[in-house]
Amino acid sequence: MDSALTLDHFLILSGLLFVIGLAGVLVRRNLIIIFMCLELMLSAANLTLVAFSRFNVQEGQPNYEGHVLLFFIITVAAAEVAVGLAIIVALFRSRETTDVGKLNTMRN
Amino acid sequence: MTFFFFIFAAMTLIGGIGVVVNRNPVSSAFSMIISFLGLAALFIQLDAYLVGILQILVYAGAIMVLFLFIIMLLDIPKAENKRFPVFTLGTSIVVVVSFATLIVTVITRSEVGSAKLPPIDPVKGTGNSDVHRIGELLFSTYWFPIQVVAVLLLVSTVGVVVLSKRELK
Repeated sequence: MDSALTLDHFLILSGLLFVIGLAGVLVRRNLIIIFMCLELMLSAANLTLVAFSRFNVQEGQPNYEGHVLLFFIITVAAAEVAVGLAIIVALFRSRETTDVGKLNTMRN
Repeated sequence: MTFFFFIFAAMTLIGGIGVVVNRNPVSSAFSMIISFLGLAALFIQLDAYLVGILQILVYAGAIMVLFLFIIMLLDIPKAENKRFPVFTLGTSIVVVVSFATLIVTVITRSEVGSAKLPPIDPVKGTGNSDVHRIGELLFSTYWFPIQVVAVLLLVSTVGVVVLSKRELK
């Protein structure tokens, strides 16, 4: 086992996490689970940002611009979750289901 | 250092797999919390203390509580007892495996990724912490995006109230 941590470790972990999220979005049929997997993919992108910021050291300090971008991503994700869950609740009220297979009104 | 990285990486990945595999939505949500805690530990290992704490507070705290609240409110049955459609499952597996191979190949072949963790100056005094520096950046260089995000939060709050009204026409 390599003793020192490299950027590769973090990037591959982030890639795997993104792929797990993608698999969830493709395979699962429950709207709420799909939404959670979207959050997982966002978090994977966050890990990449932090890793690149930490490995880009200038004058003894990490590049904090990545952290700022991550701050904005977290805020937007929180707003997105609030609105998305409200839409899911409204959908559940009118259709009584959260199964994406049964939400096929626009197909016909 | 490396040991802890692998511990928390395993925690993150197992939590992520748990989200996809669990049939019960509540179990999925709890797996998600485990995954986010591991990710926060990784952030702190990367000397991103503010971001690690934010990850726990906002994601594991607020967002996942919201998810659990909605899951329990809607009383979703433990669905999907039937098998997944073979075609969907097969296509998904092909897409996912090829995408994972692509990512790992690209990352391992690039020169950038072999960089070792560079040392940074230790935090001394009060004006040197990452909270201080991020705050300075947010309110000097990035003052306009902060305003836009504030408006976004306001709009989403109003939007949620409108969406949650009983009579949605």
